[in-house]
Amino acid sequence: MSRDRLYRTTALAAGLLLASSVWAQEIKQGGAMTVTYKDDVSTLDPAIGYDWQNWSMIKSLFDGLMDYAPGTTDLVPDLAESYTLSDDGLTYTFKLRDGVTFHNGRPLTAEDIAYSINRVVRPETQSPGAGFFGMIEGFDAVASGAAQELSGIRIVDPRTIEFKLSAPNATFLHVMAINFAHAVPREEVERYGQDFGKHPVGTGAFKLEEWTLGQRVVFARNENYYRQGLPRLDRIVFEVGQEPLVALLRLQRGEVDILGDGIPPAKFLEVMESPEWRDNVVEGGQLHTGYVTMNVNVPPFDNKLVRQAVNHAINKDRVIRIINGRAVPANQPLPPAMPGYDPDFEGYPYDPEKAKSLLAEAGLADGFTTELFAMNTDPNPRIAQAIQQDLAAVGIKAELKTLAQANVIAAGGEPTGAPMIWSGGMAWIADFPDPSNFYGPILGCAGAVPGGWNWSWYCNEALDAKAAQADAMVDPAKAEERLALWREIYAEVMADAPWAPVFNEQRFTMRGDRLGGPDAIFVDPVHIPVHYDEVYAKDAQ
Amino acid sequence: MLRYLGARLGQALLILVGISMITFALIYLLPGDPVRQIAGRSATPETVESIRRQLGLDLPLWQQYLRYVGGLVQGDLGRSYQQKTEVATLIASRLPATLLLLAGAITVELLIGLSAGILAAARRGSALDRAVMVASFTAVSAPQFVVGILLLYVFAVQLGWFPIGGYGSFAHLVLPALTLGLLGGGWYARVTRSSMIDVLRQDYIVTARAKGAGRARVLLVHALRNAALPVIAMIGLDIGLFMSGAVVVESVFGWPGIGQLAWQAIQRIDTPIIVGVTLVAAVAIILGNLLADLVAPWVDPRIRLRR
Repeated sequence: MSRDRLYRTTALAAGLLLASSVWAQEIKQGGAMTVTYKDDVSTLDPAIGYDWQNWSMIKSLFDGLMDYAPGTTDLVPDLAESYTLSDDGLTYTFKLRDGVTFHNGRPLTAEDIAYSINRVVRPETQSPGAGFFGMIEGFDAVASGAAQELSGIRIVDPRTIEFKLSAPNATFLHVMAINFAHAVPREEVERYGQDFGKHPVGTGAFKLEEWTLGQRVVFARNENYYRQGLPRLDRIVFEVGQEPLVALLRLQRGEVDILGDGIPPAKFLEVMESPEWRDNVVEGGQLHTGYVTMNVNVPPFDNKLVRQAVNHAINKDRVIRIINGRAVPANQPLPPAMPGYDPDFEGYPYDPEKAKSLLAEAGLADGFTTELFAMNTDPNPRIAQAIQQDLAAVGIKAELKTLAQANVIAAGGEPTGAPMIWSGGMAWIADFPDPSNFYGPILGCAGAVPGGWNWSWYCNEALDAKAAQADAMVDPAKAEERLALWREIYAEVMADAPWAPVFNEQRFTMRGDRLGGPDAIFVDPVHIPVHYDEVYAKDAQ
Repeated sequence: MLRYLGARLGQALLILVGISMITFALIYLLPGDPVRQIAGRSATPETVESIRRQLGLDLPLWQQYLRYVGGLVQGDLGRSYQQKTEVATLIASRLPATLLLLAGAITVELLIGLSAGILAAARRGSALDRAVMVASFTAVSAPQFVVGILLLYVFAVQLGWFPIGGYGSFAHLVLPALTLGLLGGGWYARVTRSSMIDVLRQDYIVTARAKGAGRARVLLVHALRNAALPVIAMIGLDIGLFMSGAVVVESVFGWPGIGQLAWQAIQRIDTPIIVGVTLVAAVAIILGNLLADLVAPWVDPRIRLRR
């Protein structure tokens, strides 16, 4: 899979999407689709849900002030009709769209937006997303339980809400688009208490019709949805407890339309080489990077030359062959689908001789012994073995430690817990499509703390300052300049080489014959596996 | 009888207390941290500590245990960390499917196991006997996943006789019950055969034959009644086993049983569900054994219930 092809796919997808908005009005609503998952849906509470499966389900039940244009990473107002930013870059004022109602019939007001965000930040909600709102004034007081409401949120009138930040922050609009900022109706939250996650009520394109624990979740079309013509389907049935292999058989018989867990690895080549099914698969990028961390606290990885040598030693193309080509090689932290990715960056090409000479320069001509941690589910042990062989070829003897996910994460969070970690199965997938999301927690000083996610313990204060400078560039006119600054930051990270980026996973969404819609919504960067609101049924046309 | 029951239930309570303590201690020893699973990767250390405090996970283990038992005696199994739903609700939602699969699997086991075992014993040393022995050995050693996928592929995908997985009708039950029943049936056949051979050698069988009882009557009435005891004990064990979940078969057939719930909970370190399912399974094993012991004297009056 060459990188050129990826760009062409993306460009094609964008073109299709433009075309789709022209004939969007002509698509008839109706029909249903079935999506399968192996695991139960844990919760549909936007304050709690934070996994692959419920992330986009929640997006179809709830809305936030901001969203992304389908199939893209472009921010657009959603519950907001418009917004303004003050000259000092600190105050955002949102004007709410008129005529939005919750599924229970009550109109949405600015009060609901404020309530929903305060709820996420309050410690008793135990929300994994509280930290995203740290930029809003008064965060610490609410997060510590000292106050109930963020002082930075002001309701101007029922349709106008104002957010005051403690410092300018260019990611704020993205934060207004993540699930944790979605609007929930207070009366329903108070009615169901902790069970709200099983009785979700939002403003979204779909509403919950049925939830049979352990068996299925059914969404029905929200007749009063404020966007004309959406959603296209009348119903979505999510069947859980389905083995991916069996789900594939059912898709091929027309009983299932989308494989929530993807094409099972054992059947991947068969499907991709089958003339009958190849065309049912849509390929796209995703906001994911798989990398090897090198702990700068653990000698000899405290030496930059050694970390660069590891970068040169890994044969990424071979690793990708192990996973049947379901990825593209990576040479920088950002994935190609992420704004700010630098297509001209060269990184460290595969060059074992160069690796050896760098090791010799570092005084380790005879190599050294170390440990490589990896998660113990397939294909990660096989990938780690390939990396181990590549390292052995340049004289680095890495002992493999394949452990359960929680144990690898725990080791990475200790200052000298793990010399090297292959991130597969735990790797960073962006919360929102902005380059800053790949820095702070995994490469910045803030993440290099016990229990943190910066497993290389790389802490470069000069770069942290640059990152803060980039995030303070809130003027939309400076967006390009900001991306350029981020490119510079990641180039400097790579010069220090705390990571060896290995690959960016590609998505392969297999759809049943009955489903229609532009390819881009089947590999939507934000809605995974598909953009549920946009998919339509061919048999309803 | 009542005294016997009382004593057995008393024992059961002690066993349950023991099991709950061991489960608690084992989960405590697991290296993963449930709080970090709940808090997610974007949480600040303050959030993590606040959640830990709210869940009482900062307390010493014995206090956590006492709190749990305190809830338990009021019928409260706690709430799932990930789902926030009550554990009792989650387990109750899985019980109908679990019980149905249990009944189906035990029926198939008995049908296959008893008939094959009796036939083999009656024709001991024959080609039929050898065939039953080989078949039962194969059934016992075959991996459930392979058998399940094979049955599914042949009878559901190719022939279309049964739905491809799922839950809801009798047709959905056949293949998963058959998969589990084949495996158990292999064991039952072997046990029935050896126990029948043992019984058929005894004097009272010779007497029965001498009195002119027909071959079928001797086998099915005189011999089977005595030979069935080990099988009854096995059913007691199976009840407990299937109640704790048939993870593999449930997963292949998309069967919403208790095993799937437990498996997902283990992967997410969702302690309240893990402890809850373990206790339910322990209760089922104890009840299954008690049931087998109570049925035994009814089948074989020589057995008396005593402390």
